[in-house]
Amino acid sequence: MEKILEVKDLSVSFQTYGGEVQAVRNVNFDLYKGETLAIVGESGSGKSVTTQTIMKLIPMPPGKIKSGQILFEGKDIVPLSDKQMEKVRGKEISMIFQDPMTSLNPTMKIGRQIMEGLIKHQNMSTSSAKERAIEMLRLVGIPMPERRVNQYPHEFSGGMRQRAMIAIALAANPKLLIADEPTTALDVTIQAQILELMKDLQSKMNTSIIFITHDLGVVANVADRVAVMYGGQIVETGTVDEIFYDPRHPYTWGLLASMPSLENDDKSELAAIPGTPPDLTNPPKGDAFAARNPYAMQIDFEEEPPLFQISETHFAKTWLLHPDAPAVEPPDAVKRRMRKLSSTFDKPVLVKGGK
Amino acid sequence: MAKYITRRLIYMVVSLYLIVTATFFLMRLAPGNPFTSEKKLPPEIEAALNEHFGLNDPWYAQYGDYLLRIAQWDFGPSFKYKTRTVNDLISEGFPVSLALGAQAILIALALGLILGIIAALYHNKWQDYGAMIIAVLGISVPSFIMATVLQYFFAIKWGLLPVARWDSFMHTILPSLALAASPMAFIARLTRSSMLEVLANDYIRTAKSKGLSKGVITVKHAIRNALLPVVSYMGPLSAGIITGSFVIERIFGIPGLGSHFVTSISNRDYTVIMGVTVFYSIILLVSILLVDIAYGLIDPRIKIAGGKKGE
Repeated sequence: MEKILEVKDLSVSFQTYGGEVQAVRNVNFDLYKGETLAIVGESGSGKSVTTQTIMKLIPMPPGKIKSGQILFEGKDIVPLSDKQMEKVRGKEISMIFQDPMTSLNPTMKIGRQIMEGLIKHQNMSTSSAKERAIEMLRLVGIPMPERRVNQYPHEFSGGMRQRAMIAIALAANPKLLIADEPTTALDVTIQAQILELMKDLQSKMNTSIIFITHDLGVVANVADRVAVMYGGQIVETGTVDEIFYDPRHPYTWGLLASMPSLENDDKSELAAIPGTPPDLTNPPKGDAFAARNPYAMQIDFEEEPPLFQISETHFAKTWLLHPDAPAVEPPDAVKRRMRKLSSTFDKPVLVKGGK
Repeated sequence: MAKYITRRLIYMVVSLYLIVTATFFLMRLAPGNPFTSEKKLPPEIEAALNEHFGLNDPWYAQYGDYLLRIAQWDFGPSFKYKTRTVNDLISEGFPVSLALGAQAILIALALGLILGIIAALYHNKWQDYGAMIIAVLGISVPSFIMATVLQYFFAIKWGLLPVARWDSFMHTILPSLALAASPMAFIARLTRSSMLEVLANDYIRTAKSKGLSKGVITVKHAIRNALLPVVSYMGPLSAGIITGSFVIERIFGIPGLGSHFVTSISNRDYTVIMGVTVFYSIILLVSILLVDIAYGLIDPRIKIAGGKKGE
């Protein structure tokens, strides 16, 4: 399969009064054509910064790309100027934001907001852009699009606004769609509809999607592959099955254990990961997760763990996979779901030099 | 819309009635009368004058009489300018003040918006500091100093423009600039802070993510949303400016309405006080109405025609 996006050794920092916040630290991942990658992690883990950096939407300054490459279709977009990025944004890469209530301009008609990108990127005339806008609204399931196109955002409900956002993002047929927690602000039934809609549109348009979320239920529903982020780093990545049925990183275990499940009996309490995320102005020396990790060993506090490969597609950054590490049992909630996957290597392999 | 405006007009009449009543009684509470001056008038003359202007009538008669006349747009004779009526004073002075004020508002609005927008777009860069230094100067330098400085340089030192009087367009430039300085500075600050707020909004990021250029984002997405605070300030500002400025009109020798606001009070010129107050109130109420209508045009979420049946 063809790679559409390769992020290599990406580090992003923000200069603040309290010092330099290292929001993203040496992140590597790939995305294939037509694939959906979910990036999961708690607030402040760097997932939004990573994806906004791909569109270069982070404010610079105070933000700064410290190192790394973002290869979009083989071309590095890190050195591109703002003017050059205008040709990438909206046309090649689009984004859906978390809060549809604030992400639409309140004083501009919905149709106009869809048309803008079309007029800019595809040199459409106003009338054909309007036709396309109506078509897009119909495509995302908004009834009476001919009338809706002339309405303002406040005349739309939350779910309708997120549909309109999707219409805006997909209007110019982007190759990559970044969805930054697109369903977090919506209620559950609308969430399901929006996810269904995105899957449907993806299969129609063959768009690649990066899906940011902290909801593992959503991940299971939409993703092909998952990257788990913690403290500005990707700590585990693998296919959905690998992450859900054979997780290796203790942070992933924590996330899975804290997911409410119908199988839980009412006696067992819902697990939570104790503690707070690390201070990224001053990232911890060893494993960023060590302080909250019940399985942490001495070395976790001293030296950053290397990356281990568990299968062709499964990687985890934890000392627990080291041959000398003691065998540990994941929490019960995770153990219950563990399965033996055929693709797993006999033994985790240490990955030399980054990926 | 028509229904909304009718309703607003009725409210305006009620407000005017309250303003007239309050002014009428406050004015009478102040000690002295129009004929008090340093040289005391002989009592019989004062009595005759009081009789002539109806000041001997009981207060309710004077009040009722006055209301009736105002309803017919007759503000009565001036007590001090013996040969002129208040209507004369207003119809002579207002066109001048209106012309001067309108020019000043245009200058203030144009420059203020430009400065404010530049300051916001280049937040914390030299353009921002430059614009804000101009704004602070504009706010803190009193208009009479601004006026004399302008006169000194443009008229006396360089001889580019006339010093004073009100004859040709050239005569209007300096007073308009002097009058515009402080509202311009205020508009610049208002625009800057409101632009900064708007630029931090999520929908600006959305616009950016569509690949729109900075210019398009500013013009199409930011300015319209940033305009509301400026528009609300424009209401009272225009009413104040187009009814004339005492200071500027004095310094430039302009025969406007502004001086009457001040002199009529020290003269206890009852009818002129009432006349200019009512006139000012009408202008103020109308500009507030215009502001409210402009709101509805700028922000679709504000429905002025609203009400219960409104679309």
